[in-house]
Amino acid sequence: MNVFDIIGPIMVGPSSSHTAGAARIGKIVRNLLGQEPVEAIIELHGSFAQTYKGHGTDRAIIGGLLGFDPHDLRIRDSLNIAAKQGFHFTIKQVNLKDAHPNTARISVRDGSGKRVVVTAASVGGGNVVVRDINGLEVDFTGRSHTIIIPHKDAPGVVASVTGLLSSYNINIGKMKVYRKRRGGEAIMVIEVDQEIDQAVADKLIKLPCVNEVTVLNPL
Amino acid sequence: MLRYDSVDELIKAAEERDKNISDIVLEDQAQELGKSTDDIYHQMENNAKVMEESILDALHPHTKSASGLSGGDAYKLYMALEQGKSLGGSLMDKVLIKALAIAESNASMGRIVAAPTAGSCGILPSVLLAVQEDKKIPRPRMIMSLFTAAGMGMVIAKRASISGAEGGCQAECGSAAAMAAAALVEMLGGSPRMAGHACAMALKSVLGLVCDPVAGLVEIPCIKRNATGAINAVVAAQLALAGIESLIPADEVIDAMKEVGDLLVPSLRETGEGGLAATPTARKLAKKIFEDNKENG
Ligand code: SF4
Repeated sequence: MNVFDIIGPIMVGPSSSHTAGAARIGKIVRNLLGQEPVEAIIELHGSFAQTYKGHGTDRAIIGGLLGFDPHDLRIRDSLNIAAKQGFHFTIKQVNLKDAHPNTARISVRDGSGKRVVVTAASVGGGNVVVRDINGLEVDFTGRSHTIIIPHKDAPGVVASVTGLLSSYNINIGKMKVYRKRRGGEAIMVIEVDQEIDQAVADKLIKLPCVNEVTVLNPL
Repeated sequence: MLRYDSVDELIKAAEERDKNISDIVLEDQAQELGKSTDDIYHQMENNAKVMEESILDALHPHTKSASGLSGGDAYKLYMALEQGKSLGGSLMDKVLIKALAIAESNASMGRIVAAPTAGSCGILPSVLLAVQEDKKIPRPRMIMSLFTAAGMGMVIAKRASISGAEGGCQAECGSAAAMAAAALVEMLGGSPRMAGHACAMALKSVLGLVCDPVAGLVEIPCIKRNATGAINAVVAAQLALAGIESLIPADEVIDAMKEVGDLLVPSLRETGEGGLAATPTARKLAKKIFEDNKENG
């Protein structure tokens, strides 16, 4: 905890969990998509579903999907901005089993037809936890520099990624691998101590069995 | 390194070096965050800038919250006071207008600085900015006093809580007032010890205040509690500056606040199910809002 946890963050109101955290979720999903979204289905659960209009949760998530940070005043007007640029979205109220009260499941598609589906919860004070990416259970907060690598589960993939990071002198603080079954789709979530250059991401994507590389910088 | 586990620690550290609490917090945080004191100061100055802007954001007649439940009261008050309908004099007028304006800006999706939370974001800036303006205090003094507020807030967060969901509104609007009272004392030249007493007195006044937002939204009673919270801070600072002491030391008051918070049933901790939120009128409003959400959902 430091002084700026107490006097801060700067954010668009009214609620750190229902607005600032929601915008953060939207932005993480946008980064995972990697392109401008053209369509989104946003499912809201629990308190998110009950109070989303009054808290501007819809505007915050859409704003995040448009690339706005939680302190960006354009969040106020994000629904119109989305409409203007031809970004279609639907909001649904749903009941997700065993989910945190402030949970959203967001399915987004870009112009090329690529789609990602992410489930994330806003757990208080603007902090979020990502729970699921494309049906793979994950668990990360995005509070540190985070690299997310969907890949095919195969021997040596993890070692090739960590080897490459170490050759760039990048220190891994925390790392987890999630997979559905042996030899199937898997995701590596790597939290590192410093910012990741595009050059490193470009090298990572070329490694065998690596499908995608997303770099999330802490807000 | 400071531990921020007691107000007493902050007072003693300041007294030992014959400095203000803000000076030692600033130095400590520069070390903690691995930055220069200049950098940290400028980051706080940037927060102060957003605080100043958030006042103007809502100070017009058409301010409306996202739910439509609130808005326009800061402007209403401003107009009434302009017409000479003031009870409290120019300083109180400024405090009240700013507190309502910032809280309304938050409810209407304006940009604010959580201090310590979004729901209580009007208290600290309204008090400091109003007094700065009224007493013509140099801006750097006001910015420095934010470090004193933050130091108090860190102690409260460590010993108790600054979240309505955990400790009730005493933990949000109460903490904000306690932080503001201490900062105000320092800004007006009071001693670190006086700042500690101001912190204690502000928090004592709202012990037991529950968190009961209507329809679960940060509007009713939150916006008006920013106004009363701000006045609470001014009163506590005034008493402390006169040399009046809190016989119960700040740290013990904070511990009592935690104990009371732990005793609060969940319906009085931000769930929107107890207190004001459970009144017939509130239930009607909540029902309408939930139905609105469904319609276009
Ligand atoms: S009533 Fe609850 S939500 Fe409203 S300001 Fe107080 S603590 Fe925050």
